[in-house]
Amino acid sequence: MYRYDEFDHQFVKERTAQFRDQASRRLSGDLSEEEFRPLRLMNGLYLQLHAYMLRVAIPYGTLSSRQMNQLAMIADKYDRGYGHFTTRQNIQYNWIKLEDTADILQALADVEMHAIQTSGNCIRNVTTDHWAGAAADELADPRPVGELIRQWSSLHPEFSYLPRKFKIAITGAPNDRAAVKVHDIGMRLHKNDKGENGWEIMVGGGQGRTPMIAVTVREFLPEREIIPYLEAIMRVYNLYGRRDNKYKARIKILVHEIGAEKFRAEVEAEYARHPSQTTEVEERELARIAQYFAVPNFEKLSKFVPAFESAKQSDHDFARWVRNNTAAHRVDGYTIVNISLKATGEIAGDATGEQMRVMADLAAQYSFDELRVSHAQNIVLAHVKLADVHAVWKKLQQHGLAEANYGLTGDIIACPGMDYCSLATARSIPISQAISRKFADIKRQEEIGPIKINISGCINACGHHHVGHIGILGLDKKGEEFYQITLGGSSSENASIGTILGPGFAGHEVPDAIETILNTYLKLRNDGEEFLHAYRRVGAKPFKEALYATA
Amino acid sequence: MPLLKNNAFVADDWVHVNDDAALPDAARFTVSFERLVRDWDSFAKHTSVVGVRLSNTTKAADLAPYISKLALIVVPFPAFADGRAYSIARALRLDGYQSELRGTGNVLPDQMQFMRQVGIDSFEVSERFPLEAWQRASRQMSLAYQRGLYRPVGEREVWSERHQGFVAWEEQPHAG
Repeated sequence: MYRYDEFDHQFVKERTAQFRDQASRRLSGDLSEEEFRPLRLMNGLYLQLHAYMLRVAIPYGTLSSRQMNQLAMIADKYDRGYGHFTTRQNIQYNWIKLEDTADILQALADVEMHAIQTSGNCIRNVTTDHWAGAAADELADPRPVGELIRQWSSLHPEFSYLPRKFKIAITGAPNDRAAVKVHDIGMRLHKNDKGENGWEIMVGGGQGRTPMIAVTVREFLPEREIIPYLEAIMRVYNLYGRRDNKYKARIKILVHEIGAEKFRAEVEAEYARHPSQTTEVEERELARIAQYFAVPNFEKLSKFVPAFESAKQSDHDFARWVRNNTAAHRVDGYTIVNISLKATGEIAGDATGEQMRVMADLAAQYSFDELRVSHAQNIVLAHVKLADVHAVWKKLQQHGLAEANYGLTGDIIACPGMDYCSLATARSIPISQAISRKFADIKRQEEIGPIKINISGCINACGHHHVGHIGILGLDKKGEEFYQITLGGSSSENASIGTILGPGFAGHEVPDAIETILNTYLKLRNDGEEFLHAYRRVGAKPFKEALYATA
Repeated sequence: MPLLKNNAFVADDWVHVNDDAALPDAARFTVSFERLVRDWDSFAKHTSVVGVRLSNTTKAADLAPYISKLALIVVPFPAFADGRAYSIARALRLDGYQSELRGTGNVLPDQMQFMRQVGIDSFEVSERFPLEAWQRASRQMSLAYQRGLYRPVGEREVWSERHQGFVAWEEQPHAG
């Protein structure tokens, strides 16, 4: 994975010193809260319902065991012993004191991490496939481009006061696990007839109160042109994006209002305006970064590992966990291990300091010292030998990390909701916990099969409910929480926005409603047909009838 | 409002003329972009003393016929969160504008370094902050990843440093 050189170290060090100065000016009263606000936001520091919240960037979701251990230390020393992994592959701490923030940033800098641009109206942490570099279907590891974009977008003087926040997601595989079509910019790697790498550039996807699927502005952008082309897109957005209404300020609204054709023409005109730019330095930089993502030293192993097979035979719990929580690796004898942070009744995405250390140790011992955070708020060990999987599982079991529900009903994505967030209109966590308890029986979850349930506690959609196969949106009606249910959303390469089924439900009715929907699906599905496919085949009608017939 | 230039407060010797006011005889003056277009022919004899005040929505490309003859361009920051002028300034510099580029409006010390990097080299600032606050803020970061921006002495571009021997995208002519 990427390692800082002297320049990266110096950059983060100066930035930390700058923030220390800003925080002390705020504490002494030299800066008003209004003046301090945009400055602290650029460093990931929010003022939430009960305390400051600090969001730490985990670039493209990849971290080393040393970094994970430091995150655990911060959780124990400065928070209440846990941290929350987010849908943007970051981690946030919910109980932070302003006086401690500069020291925390210093502790992060010590392990080559920072909180730069994890909030504010700027380019946020770039996200990607959590199986990057390991997935069997991948064309190339997208993370070198992710690191290139991280560096370019860090404290970009021109694009730090955009109309609104800006999120970029990239994928190097045809099966999109990074939800690129619902980001401000989505990039998909593919190859041309000559076998050269190029990127499809999609713009204007997003969720929030106006969910939209991105449109393609360039089918095949040569890799060396990524930075200047992104600059052209960003300049068009910075100049023409709406600033009169923050709910209409994302780039998707600009693309929608002027139309995809006109937007494309504006970008291409801006890109053509300064044709003298060379990209040799960018090419060299990308090549330099790519060296850090060289393929690990995989051993030549057999596909068939007798000890692993017999462990599955003799232990059904282990076999189930392997079935649900591991995925095909590109190299024989290895597998991708997905650690579910969705234990029944727990808070989705939360991990204690102790759990973080356990996962860090496992990564150090069994997975080339590397961990990933997935946008579904789970942790991935990307390169585990089949021969080691049983030992990994045993260790996870001892620490409440061996839930076998990866990709199933219990693997719910949920935002922090009204328990923490000052924007929320309803709670998400208790709803997620109640559904998780209702479907605690793992055999039943397996019977239902792959499904994505997403819960947001307000219209800003941080729980990505628009693209959940089942989406749940918490709203406020005259002081009462109620929940709208949508069906048929997807963030994959065949992305779609879910459709609202009908009138909403009170919080305590939601788990039963989900059960009704899933029972309806079980009755009407064809052999081996997954929920989303069945829904797309039959439409909303049978689900509506089942839900509202008796009401 | 004080005018900050080269890390010092200086007097503003420009006269800022309204759209319907008469032009001064012997002074440097700015007009709005609309008036610049309207009265350009009559400005011919004033070359090197004419400046223009842009709005947030003026397109840099529309200034192309004029920029080689303008001595001052003023770009506005109506609110500190309104970043359009960063792009306008950058585009003007990329288009080859070489004279004074002034930022006005809601300018905070902590934003000044970014403004300098996109090519703004003088600032109308509020009296709320002392000179030393501006001086300190202008040199907080010595490194940047982006290329082709304005770098005063002491600031370095990481990618250019890593891959020396390559010339940056643009010459960097105007270090204000």
